[in-house]
Amino acid sequence: MTSVASGVARKKKVTFSSILMKVSMVLIIAVAVYWLGLNLTNDPKQFAQVTVNGLNNGLLYALIALGYTLVYGIIELINFAHGDLFMLGAVFSFSVLTEFLGATGPSSKNYALLLVVLLLTMLFCAFINVSIERLAYRRLRNAPRLAPLITAVGMSFVLQWIGLKWIGSNPVNVNTVLPSTDFEVAGIIIAVKTLIIFAVTVPLLIVLAFIVNKTRRGRAMRATAQDKDASRLMGIDVNQTITFTFAIAGAAAGAAGIMWAQTTGTVAYNLGFQLGLIAFTSAVLGGVGNLYGAVLGGIIIGLIQSYNDGLAIGPGQRWSQTMVFTILILLMVYRPGGLLGETAQEKV
Amino acid sequence: MARLNTPAMLKINDLTVGYGAITAVKGLTLEVREGEIVSLIGSNGAGKSTTLRTISGLLKPKTGSIEFLDEKIDGIAGHEIVAKGICHSPEGRRIFPKMTVDENLDLGAYLRKDAAAVKETRDHVLQLFPRLQERINQKAGTMSGGEQQMLAVGRALMGNPKLLILDEPSMGLAPVLVDLIFETIEEIRKSGVTILLVEQNALAALRIADYAYVLESGHLKLEGDGSKLADDPAIAQAYLGG
Repeated sequence: MTSVASGVARKKKVTFSSILMKVSMVLIIAVAVYWLGLNLTNDPKQFAQVTVNGLNNGLLYALIALGYTLVYGIIELINFAHGDLFMLGAVFSFSVLTEFLGATGPSSKNYALLLVVLLLTMLFCAFINVSIERLAYRRLRNAPRLAPLITAVGMSFVLQWIGLKWIGSNPVNVNTVLPSTDFEVAGIIIAVKTLIIFAVTVPLLIVLAFIVNKTRRGRAMRATAQDKDASRLMGIDVNQTITFTFAIAGAAAGAAGIMWAQTTGTVAYNLGFQLGLIAFTSAVLGGVGNLYGAVLGGIIIGLIQSYNDGLAIGPGQRWSQTMVFTILILLMVYRPGGLLGETAQEKV
Repeated sequence: MARLNTPAMLKINDLTVGYGAITAVKGLTLEVREGEIVSLIGSNGAGKSTTLRTISGLLKPKTGSIEFLDEKIDGIAGHEIVAKGICHSPEGRRIFPKMTVDENLDLGAYLRKDAAAVKETRDHVLQLFPRLQERINQKAGTMSGGEQQMLAVGRALMGNPKLLILDEPSMGLAPVLVDLIFETIEEIRKSGVTILLVEQNALAALRIADYAYVLESGHLKLEGDGSKLADDPAIAQAYLGG
């Protein structure tokens, strides 16, 4: 009994630095909780309001983050072009819905068109993403890590250039189909737009989780992510599985693109850079490769930004990015694998 | 044991395989007949695993041909070879560590559509390896080496193979488990599955085999009935450590 106990104690040696880590972590969490609590008691209505806004953006980040995490999960590539794919989705939806179909205001006909164009945009982005994989990444699958990574950066520029040629260098205003009306629930003003974002993103996230976790195709994806040769020995067509993964990652980016264009009312060729960075951060925060982690990371970053921008007592909007990345860095110090990332060692 | 008088199931003719500039297998010719256990032995780096990986389509041969049930299978993709009835339990087990035992077994039957038949195979596998039943909902990566090996063999059986390829099924296992694995291999053969076996444990592999091939640096060194090779003093000295 004693020997076992001492064995455990020897493994988990209590050092000064480990105490420092624990204490500092508790302190940081205490400060954050105090700050949130202070704002909550100061003005509960405003707090709830800001939370709703944060969730709105967070769900869009989650959709983009999913694409990063799915692709990283299956071929361990950080697909830098993914943010720009989201931008192309936004631009495509603007061209088709706003310009070509002329849907520029709320009406039941335009809502139907929105649904149709949502599907088209998802298909469009899935197609682009699959093409990128076919043309560029697949050939480099057995190359050293750096080659596909640099190619992804290159692809990001290619997509940005397409966006630039498509809508020009100035941000374009989108006359949104979504109504700008609000309603009030217990004193909190909720925009109808926000509700629509919820109605589109939440089911999509559920469907994606279902595909990956419950279907035969999803099982093939998870197997391919873990061991490609072993998957081939099971009879899984690895190339087809990777293509499928890029397709659903692209579709999610497309959905995020159209919803972004419709809720913010603006599209720009360089939209992908910033949003891509935030979404990638979400994926890392949640534990890259983990589906639920990406969703959680996206929502958390949406909330951090929103609390920082909107709460009366706080650093204010200018510090938003600083806050997001400070929290990311702190999290990486205390939990290097991300919130839901794997930390347990596996037997080999 | 001696070679069976059944038709050939797998025919490898003058096979050469390499990685870049290195040639791992040179001009190998061998045959596995229906219902046999055929062992492939040789020291490290002799080209045993390379041969198996080429049969399963993970590697492409430079020259030579592989025929399975009178159909040419060299050069076709790995996942299509599984569909033809060859299942492979690879070196190092290669189970899916983050999935449960249950999911691993299901993946073994990935290409099979008939749920009732899959259920039957599954019952058979769990009867061969009762330990897997006990661990059915455990993550495969958290099991012991022996349990993972049972899972790797069980997973290959889930594909209902005509030819089962086993690469080092006894590697790293305790002696009791090695005996269990070899007993199970004989039991699998009795159920009508042909087996191609690669083993470090050469003596056990020869004793169990109807026919055996000895590889040395990618070449075929010797071939013969398993029991004859097992009793051959020259073999004993070179490969059996005594």
